[in-house]
Amino acid sequence: MSNADIKDTRRVRRSPSVGTYFLIYVVLLLLLVFTIGLSLVDFGHHWNNLAALLIAITKAFLIVLFFMHVRYGPRSIWPFAAAGFVWLGIFLTLTMTDYLTRNHPPAISPRGEPHFLVEPQSR
Amino acid sequence: MKSLIAVHPDDPEVAGHFEDIDQQRESSSLGMWTFLATEVLFFGALFVGYFVYRVRYPEAFRRGSEEMNLWLGGLNTAVLLTSSLTMALGVHAAGHGDNRGIRRFLAVTMVLGLAFLGIKAIEYAAEAHERLVPAVNFSTIPPDEAGLPSARQHPRPHQVELFMIFYFVMTGLHALHMIVGVSVLSFLFVLTGRGWFTARWHNPIETAGLYWHFVDIVWVFLYPCLYLLRQG
Repeated sequence: MSNADIKDTRRVRRSPSVGTYFLIYVVLLLLLVFTIGLSLVDFGHHWNNLAALLIAITKAFLIVLFFMHVRYGPRSIWPFAAAGFVWLGIFLTLTMTDYLTRNHPPAISPRGEPHFLVEPQSR
Repeated sequence: MKSLIAVHPDDPEVAGHFEDIDQQRESSSLGMWTFLATEVLFFGALFVGYFVYRVRYPEAFRRGSEEMNLWLGGLNTAVLLTSSLTMALGVHAAGHGDNRGIRRFLAVTMVLGLAFLGIKAIEYAAEAHERLVPAVNFSTIPPDEAGLPSARQHPRPHQVELFMIFYFVMTGLHALHMIVGVSVLSFLFVLTGRGWFTARWHNPIETAGLYWHFVDIVWVFLYPCLYLLRQG
């Protein structure tokens, strides 16, 4: 195989059409309206927060895949695009497994209060 | 390509150390993505800190979030998403060697970026007026409406103040990135006018686009975290 053959087959350059850009833009705006609407209704517990974060992650995926061309670019871009987010995910997950579970089971202070709930002296 | 480094023997638009124009372009994107990975972790540390304290003081952070102007923040999100569309269209124009198109879309993107900063400044001014700026004028008593319930009458106002610290540091750092982005685009606007870019070689426009979209993504997460997490 000559060098020219490799050149031709290695990277097929495609990019989204203008119509695709507008479609993604409309979807992003709809998701924005949707997330504002959801925030005005109380679904109780943490469902509001979960929904808002899931919508934000969806929007980020759309921007990365279409506006930032990751869906269309060479595959060598993929691990680079994912690396930061993957490590942030590990950072966030391991940190929260600590902070979310510090009071399970509740530790009791000498005054009989759950330890985690004892506030430091108010300034 | 205007450059001081050695030019590829077969292709004047390729630098000497690259095999071909595709490899050159891929390298430029990889470099930008590597930088963006460090940016993810840069902002990520602030988000992790925010989540730790949100779990620790959920009530105070909810009250702080209620002080935010939901509609101005939403408008700003729409402005940024629109600027991402025009930036993408600018890169698209660059791919077709349409220099007038590049300049038009870069100009619209810059105007939208400045509009975002202007709206943010209006929000900051309102927050300063409401005496919500930590360590400067944060007050537990609102100026005009001392009798009304407010975040400042939270039993632990300093927890609300902590929310405001996260708010100003995170949105301030984001605004700084916006200012850098607008500066880079204005530079590219001038270079486009001087005919630097071609349909084959426009890597600076493409990488500036990646940066712009990334700053948009940061705001996509800042908006729900600071403005929308009001319930529960």
